[in-house]
Amino acid sequence: MKDKPDVLQGTLALMVLKTLDVLGPQHGYGIARRIEQISGDILVLNQGTLYPLLLKLEHEGSIASQWGASDNNRRARFYRITAPGRKQLETETSDWERTAQIIERFFNVKAEELP
Amino acid sequence: MKFLRRFFIRLSNLAAGRRADQRLREELAEHLAFQTEENLRAGMSPAEARRQAVLKLGGAEAIREDHHAEQSLPFIENLLFDLKYAARMLRRSPGFAFVAIATMALGIGATTAIYSVIDATLLHPLPYPNPSELVRIEDDLPGVGAQNVNVSVPEWKDLENSGIFQNVALDYFNSGNLTGSEQPTRIALKGVTPNYFAMLGVGAQLGRTFDPGDNTPGVILEVVISDGLWKRAFGADPRILGKTVRLDNDVYQVVGVMPPGFRDPGQTSEERNTELWYPGGFTAVPFPPPLRNSRFWTASARLKPGLSMAAAQAHLDALVDALKKQYPADYPAQEAWTVRLVPLSESVVGSVRQSLILLFGAVGFVLLISCVNVANLLLARASARGHEIAVRQALGAQRTRLIRQFLAESLLLFLLGGLAGIAILFSIGKFLLRLVPESLPHMNDISVNWGVLAFALAVSVAVGTVFGLAPAWLISRYDVNGTLRQEGRGSSGTRERSRTRQILVVSELALSLVLMVAAGLLLRSFWDLFKVPLGFNPSRAMTIETWLPYPNDPKTDIYSTATQEAVMLREVLRRNRTLPGVEETAVGDRAALPLGHRKDDRNLSPLIREGQDVQSSQPPLIDTSIVSPEYFHLLGMTLLRGRLFVDQDLQDTPSIAVINQAAARTYWPNQDPVGKRVRLRAEKPDWTTVVGVIADARTESLADASIPQVYLDIYQRPSRDLAFFLRGQLDPSAISEQVREQVQAVDAELPVFRAETLNEVLSTSLSVRRFSMEMVALFAAAALLLAGLGIYGTISYLVNEQRREIAIRLALGAQRGTILKMVLRQGLTLAAAGAGVGLVGALIVSHLMAGLLFGVSSNDLPTFAGVTVVLTAVALAASCIPALTAMRLDPITTLHSE
Repeated sequence: MKDKPDVLQGTLALMVLKTLDVLGPQHGYGIARRIEQISGDILVLNQGTLYPLLLKLEHEGSIASQWGASDNNRRARFYRITAPGRKQLETETSDWERTAQIIERFFNVKAEELP
Repeated sequence: MKFLRRFFIRLSNLAAGRRADQRLREELAEHLAFQTEENLRAGMSPAEARRQAVLKLGGAEAIREDHHAEQSLPFIENLLFDLKYAARMLRRSPGFAFVAIATMALGIGATTAIYSVIDATLLHPLPYPNPSELVRIEDDLPGVGAQNVNVSVPEWKDLENSGIFQNVALDYFNSGNLTGSEQPTRIALKGVTPNYFAMLGVGAQLGRTFDPGDNTPGVILEVVISDGLWKRAFGADPRILGKTVRLDNDVYQVVGVMPPGFRDPGQTSEERNTELWYPGGFTAVPFPPPLRNSRFWTASARLKPGLSMAAAQAHLDALVDALKKQYPADYPAQEAWTVRLVPLSESVVGSVRQSLILLFGAVGFVLLISCVNVANLLLARASARGHEIAVRQALGAQRTRLIRQFLAESLLLFLLGGLAGIAILFSIGKFLLRLVPESLPHMNDISVNWGVLAFALAVSVAVGTVFGLAPAWLISRYDVNGTLRQEGRGSSGTRERSRTRQILVVSELALSLVLMVAAGLLLRSFWDLFKVPLGFNPSRAMTIETWLPYPNDPKTDIYSTATQEAVMLREVLRRNRTLPGVEETAVGDRAALPLGHRKDDRNLSPLIREGQDVQSSQPPLIDTSIVSPEYFHLLGMTLLRGRLFVDQDLQDTPSIAVINQAAARTYWPNQDPVGKRVRLRAEKPDWTTVVGVIADARTESLADASIPQVYLDIYQRPSRDLAFFLRGQLDPSAISEQVREQVQAVDAELPVFRAETLNEVLSTSLSVRRFSMEMVALFAAAALLLAGLGIYGTISYLVNEQRREIAIRLALGAQRGTILKMVLRQGLTLAAAGAGVGLVGALIVSHLMAGLLFGVSSNDLPTFAGVTVVLTAVALAASCIPALTAMRLDPITTLHSE
């Protein structure tokens, strides 16, 4: 399992929101698969943990859900992102990018570049 | 926001019992189906595809738990579960639950009752905006031993211009005859400067208050009336504004009605019930000339915002120094004139503060004792439940979880106790209020309001936590192995618990001893005051008051001279003597009423002695009463030297006075005062001759026998505030009407009010003292009862613990008497320890309450000894029952059953 990292606490929510934002309404299995696919199958989800998180996001109002029919005509619960969810995604994306930039700078720093 | 939204959704899910299990189960089933399909497509066998899908999903139970925790609020859910369990446990032992809840109901109910009194008086004394800015300004003349001598008009102007205050208002409390309605009524009223209501910061509910800019020097013919008077006398007439009322024969126009909750910030209950206010400039007729030392007025003020009391007092001291330099003649050095700021709240409730704090302390003790008792019961129950607890621990219950469980149980107990206490308080509140003396400030505002309820609940939760936590902690420290093996016999946990129980009982005993000493000392003080030789005879005597109008225009005044007034007085007295049962009658001013009258009734006059103080402008002040000749005989006061007043003393005969022994001792030491001449008004040149000396009587204060007094003849010095005195076989219910008829037959415009027997007056004057004594005694009795129960419980518990030991001793041939003694000795040891600690506490407390005592010292030996004996007796009696049980123990069955 060493080469397949767990999902960082808190980033899973971001991934769920982004997936729903890009791909539109999805059921739980779809979200899990998409996240694994996008990560190039590097990331392995303990897929079940997704469901408490989806409930939490729903309680927070970032996503909404309803029953619907899947591609092969089975009953499944579909999740979609809401307007507040999009706003949250935006702020969290920019926060994340800023953090990533800072970390990157630290990784690239060389002793002679510092005054 | 997100967090709140999530919280409320979860809360509502919890409340509605909405569960998401079904939805999760369906979603997971779908998930597995999707994954299995994909695995099949990848070429796995059906069984393997299914297995891999389940593996990839993760632990279904963990997911379900997480999902459920997200759906609802696990903390609250657990708490509810604990409470449900606790309720079940309480239902299973109704006896224990009843005793514990009743004990807490007593403790919390009593505390809440006293708190509601304190809430209305000490905590909310002033229903005005920014009450901390409001002060009373009091002049003191410590050089001549005079305190709080009011303020003069020039001083008021200086204060107004000092820059320390936003407003300084003068007022004087008075009575007036409101005529024009069917019966002339005497109402409490106040003359005030026009800025009075502006100073208080309260507006009218109807119309307006007075214009603070009005500079009229004399009386302004406007009145503002109270909501009560408006409803009572004017039927809440909405068109009252602009109507006129007649007050002491003067016609005033109503300009405003105060809101229903408004109370005047007076120092007595009578003053706080002022019903009418009229403005004036205080500088011209009918007010006396504004001299610097004519200090007739009460001054209150609102400090500049942000100015502290101390800073204001410092500014004021500087002002006083400057004024003393500027007017040396008005402020002679020997008077040592000072001006003092007192928070207005203090002057309203200051007199009862000490009594109320004492009561709150006492009730706090009762609460503590009840808590200790319940904690003791909880501990006792814990030993009974030792097995259950040990089993739960052995099965893996966490300690914190167990503590939380026990805490929930004790909290439930204390809360139920608190609720029961409040319920009892609600149902008997009316009855309790009757015990509260009427002289208590804001007596009418006492109620069980939200603040009081919040207090009761907070106290329940606080004591429940504190006194529940300790037993819970001790219980959770059970030695699992020992308990399971032999039900805790001899395990260290039990020893620790019985030690705790003993400490609890000792503290209970100590607390109740302190309370009993306090009650004993108060009782003795009260009894001494009650039994004190009065120096006058109150039995079969009554007083009934009237008030002669004081019109602003002297020309309309029909009682302007003593001779004019004498005609009316003699006629009323003659008529009163004809009433059924009446044997003697007399008349005097309000200051002549023995006891129970207001502070401002103490009519203080400067006493200028011929040949001694003529040069000094600052003679000592002396209590002055104005009475008719029959007064002394009616009250049974003894003449020691000289003579009393006679009918031949009239306005045009030489002025005479009678003094009491205290005055003779103080002002003419080692001389015969009879024949000495005095002047009782600085501005009047004529001399008054002392003609007699009477024995001291406690007419001013029950606690003080020797306050100097001077009596003047009412036929020489008229007075407006009159009290008729009657003695005989009187019917208190009828006499008021009968006297009213006689008085109004002479002058139909006079009000007749407040008929009281002197015994009632006497009893009223002791009312606050009686109230605190009764309450503390009640609390002490409750404390003793609880402590008795506590010691009974503990000794029973000890006997139960030792029953094996006792049985062995008996089997080995110990005498049953020895066993009895052994158990009783345990009870006595506890009592002795409790008494020892309690006596130290009682000494401290009794010294703190020295100010409330009369005629008994703070470390009164009989009280302390008596209380200790009572406590020991109760402890012994309470130990007797378990001791007898121990003595009658059957060694064979006991040893077999173990």
